[in-house]
Amino acid sequence: MSEQYPALLVIVPLISAFLISAAGWVNKRLCFPIAVAALSVTVYSSVGLLMRVLDEGVIIYRLGGWPPPWGIAYYVDHLNGLVLAVVALVALLNLIASQKSVAVEFPEKTGPFYTLYVLMVTGLLGIVVTGDAFNLYVLLEIASLTGYGLIAMGEERAPFATLNYVYMGTIGACFYLLGVGYLYIVTGSLNMVDIARILPALYQSKAVLAAFIICMVGLWLKMALFPLHAWLPNAYTFAPSAASSLIAPLVTKVMVYVMIRLILTVFTPKFAFATFAVKDPIVWLAVIAIVMGAIFALAERNLKKMLTYVIIAEVGYMVGGAWLGNRAAMTGAILHIVNDALMTLCIFLVVGNIVYKIKGYAFEDLKGLFRKMPFTMGAFVIGALSIIGVPPTCGFFSKWYLISGAIQAGHYGFMVALLFSSLVNVILFFRVFEISYYEPFSDHHGHGHHAESMAEAPLTMLLPLLIVAVGLVLVGIYTGDIVNQIIRFAIPKGLS
Amino acid sequence: MPDFISLIVAKYNYWIYITLMMIGLYAMIAKNNLVKKIVGMNIFQTAIILFYVSIGAKKGATIPIIEHGHGEELHGAASHVVHAVDYINPLPHVLMLTAIVVAVATLGVALALAVKVHDKYKTLEEDEILAQLREK
Repeated sequence: MSEQYPALLVIVPLISAFLISAAGWVNKRLCFPIAVAALSVTVYSSVGLLMRVLDEGVIIYRLGGWPPPWGIAYYVDHLNGLVLAVVALVALLNLIASQKSVAVEFPEKTGPFYTLYVLMVTGLLGIVVTGDAFNLYVLLEIASLTGYGLIAMGEERAPFATLNYVYMGTIGACFYLLGVGYLYIVTGSLNMVDIARILPALYQSKAVLAAFIICMVGLWLKMALFPLHAWLPNAYTFAPSAASSLIAPLVTKVMVYVMIRLILTVFTPKFAFATFAVKDPIVWLAVIAIVMGAIFALAERNLKKMLTYVIIAEVGYMVGGAWLGNRAAMTGAILHIVNDALMTLCIFLVVGNIVYKIKGYAFEDLKGLFRKMPFTMGAFVIGALSIIGVPPTCGFFSKWYLISGAIQAGHYGFMVALLFSSLVNVILFFRVFEISYYEPFSDHHGHGHHAESMAEAPLTMLLPLLIVAVGLVLVGIYTGDIVNQIIRFAIPKGLS
Repeated sequence: MPDFISLIVAKYNYWIYITLMMIGLYAMIAKNNLVKKIVGMNIFQTAIILFYVSIGAKKGATIPIIEHGHGEELHGAASHVVHAVDYINPLPHVLMLTAIVVAVATLGVALALAVKVHDKYKTLEEDEILAQLREK
């Protein structure tokens, strides 16, 4: 059974998606339990897989028994074992937390929603688990197309915002495909390990360089690195809250994972950082992304849109960390994939709860919320402190690794950008605290006396949120174990 | 100049795909109509599909089906040794079957979204939609 975990991860949600779609025609109430069951299986197998990787090292799974250069191989090591567990956990927690808001926001479409949701998780898990460059493209498009569908189910501006996302996302995916084509021309292989074996002799080839640049630009488009970020804020803001709390934590982070996978496994750090001398300009690009993300976030008077700009700044953290080219910064980037997925999930679940109770997420709607929804706002405080980077929450530790990596690389611009962004985050989140703590609740009709009553979100929404909030602190406390037991082995020995 | 011409002629498939790709990209950037942008997107995707198909081709090679592959086992091993040079590479073509499916799905999703946008704003011109959004 445990030998089949890599296949189960993808096949179970894939088949369940079609089951859900069929069940939706029979009885809409069947959809949610099937989705929960499917994602529970993925959580079980991804955690089991991570445990096996910790015991035995790298696992290579041959689909259909075909040997790697011809067949598709799933390749699980410490890096994607960790990311798989995070993706599966985030997807399951969000599924449970958003059940009520799905039932309220689009009661007619619960069947299609859960079908798309589970298919999207299939795509994301597949991107992470696969060891084949072309297979990755196909799963990338599965995740993107379902993502377009989920986002377009949102508010009235959602279809127009989604259409912009479709244009940009398609260009991004096509660039990745083109890069893989160049790699195929020079190596004749699509298997990542096989390409890495053939490439060293070809490092001077212009085609390899072109492949690398084109793949990177495509992935940056998909992860919304600053100059290529224009699609993200509107698409994530107007998405339904149940979808934005799935897409916002996972999609950009999975794309960062793909970038790190290409750097570490396919092209190897030697090529990316030594042969190919653009590491500094890319870190500067990340610096600009962090600063601009922070500035745009300051200009927003709307909680959800502000958070989308925070995501853009966070993408800058991870890209910069990956490209500083030393062990500490790479550790920080990988740790930040985990932490940022959890932090973003936490604050977007809070937004989901607020939208469920208040039906709005502009700053004016937040007045008096600490009294009205104390637990939700308590979780918001933990999530916000983690994004700011206050110990003992996990955000502090990944930022610590990133900053020490920046000092080690002598790149003080990146260090300053990280500190600047932390300070801006303090302003951003304390402004929200201030509005929601001190200003009295108003329900637009002048009935001030309702302000004292507590109206917390239902328990099924609250419990997953509190689990995530506690998880943020726990991941922070156990950072040392995560780094020493998992991430240390995910980074090749050549990188010092 | 002759060098330049021979560069174009020798690698004409790459020049064609890049030209097509740039036409698609231009349409996506410069056109105001949402459906024209979608058409540009499709040209962009098709250019990459053609690129993949062209890299499988070889001069003087034929389709990758082994002639009389069945029933000739009796004639000894030497008569049916397969020379890879004689056959075009089928793998990029097979990959592109998947990419074509993806392109069709993307086109479908994009057109469906365009219908929804048209229902909402009664126009498909991007500047008019943006003007309507600014008014609110």
